[in-house]
Amino acid sequence: MSKFINRENFKYLKIHDKKSSEGDNLTKFNILKHKLVPEHVVLSEEEKRKLLEKYNISEKQLPKILAKDPVVKAIGAKPGDVIKIIRKSPVAGKVIYYRLVIEE
Amino acid sequence: MNWEELNSKFPEAIVEKIKEVVKKYNLSDQQAKKFISIVEEMYEKSKFEPGEAIGVVAAQSISEPATQMTMRTYHVAGAAEIKVTLGLPRLIEIFDARREPSTPMMEIYLKKEYNTKEKAVKFASEIKELVVEDVVKSSVVDILNFQIELILDEAAMKNSRITPEELAKRIKESFKTEVRAGKTKVVVKLKEDIEIKDLHKIKNKILSLQIKGIKGIKQTIVRREGNEWVILTLGSNLKKILEREEVDATRTISNDIHEVANVLGIEAARNLIIREVTKTLEEQGLDVDIRHVLLVADIMTVDGVVKPIGRYGVAGAKGSVLARANFEETIKHLTQAALTGEVDKLESTVENVMINQVVPIGTGMVELIYSPKKKGKK
Repeated sequence: MSKFINRENFKYLKIHDKKSSEGDNLTKFNILKHKLVPEHVVLSEEEKRKLLEKYNISEKQLPKILAKDPVVKAIGAKPGDVIKIIRKSPVAGKVIYYRLVIEE
Repeated sequence: MNWEELNSKFPEAIVEKIKEVVKKYNLSDQQAKKFISIVEEMYEKSKFEPGEAIGVVAAQSISEPATQMTMRTYHVAGAAEIKVTLGLPRLIEIFDARREPSTPMMEIYLKKEYNTKEKAVKFASEIKELVVEDVVKSSVVDILNFQIELILDEAAMKNSRITPEELAKRIKESFKTEVRAGKTKVVVKLKEDIEIKDLHKIKNKILSLQIKGIKGIKQTIVRREGNEWVILTLGSNLKKILEREEVDATRTISNDIHEVANVLGIEAARNLIIREVTKTLEEQGLDVDIRHVLLVADIMTVDGVVKPIGRYGVAGAKGSVLARANFEETIKHLTQAALTGEVDKLESTVENVMINQVVPIGTGMVELIYSPKKKGKK
């Protein structure tokens, strides 16, 4: 009797699952070895001071990286640290870039 | 020869080339010195000058060739039956940093010990997502007996190697109700306290329940690349895939920029933006200098998150009210600024064009500051 309802008619009702972007942060693989991830190094206080002096800037003027970034977590950097990123550039071969770790 | 000195003068790529030339033509120290000074002169000349409007140059260098792109949206890539968004739509998608690309894809590389055709095919079928809907011919809501009947598609069941009992068990586990398995159908008995209007919602939940594989992977294709087997997937779930034992977690990538930013970090997302943009442009036979793409990718990722170019991203985050008002949604920005008493310091280009002042580009960037000396001091 109630078999008039067939699934074709109710396709529009299909509920889409929300895409989970986060979840647990325990990863079984080493993200630092991935080819898209360049080398990240945490600068010491002394190196940081020298860097800011060299470019005559305050640390807020540096590009940012979030504290929740997987690479930051993997190398154990804290907010306030400056990370030196050694990029492979198709034009210049090797380029050094700096990012300041910030919270959200 | 003092190579250390060179490293502070030139980028690595140029140093390498200098070394190569010196070695190839067997230059003496004096010749090498002269050669290096010529290179230095040319290098200094080819750098952009302080105050050069590189942003505008980059924007024009990318968008002019983009106007040449054919408006053809879809294209079947090679023998693989996966449709990929290419050309202008894909370019727009990347620069707008859409939450999800219209065709999320992954390229899965396998570890050496799993790199045979049989193992690749087996792995590909393992990771493909299978939902209840895929093995069900039709489903019926029985309001009288308060149950949902799923008529099974036997051929599909056989293909995916699933028995009705297994299916029933899986549904039972996630819905915590009584489930009976017959030969060609599975009956889900519902709890008494469920309202009739929720029945269809529950039915659809059952139909989209995942039985096997990895969530989000709709289709898999095994392809030979050089001397190894690569799996292409439609749909993406990078984290789950990288966690698998069989996968080479150093090379496997997705084309979803936000997903890569979440799993591998912001620098990886930057690299992916560059890769995807150059790939898209190259496929269309357009020759854009990569430096322009590098600049755009850098701007999109300066703040640690992937920001779109446009109203809600880079252009919307400009410091000056007039610059924002000039771009899009003029009234919104002006009223907002009036309400909050925003100050425009007229420091950037757009607002200075608007009020007919010298723009801070090139020589216009330099300002003179006169600091008079105090009496008595030297």
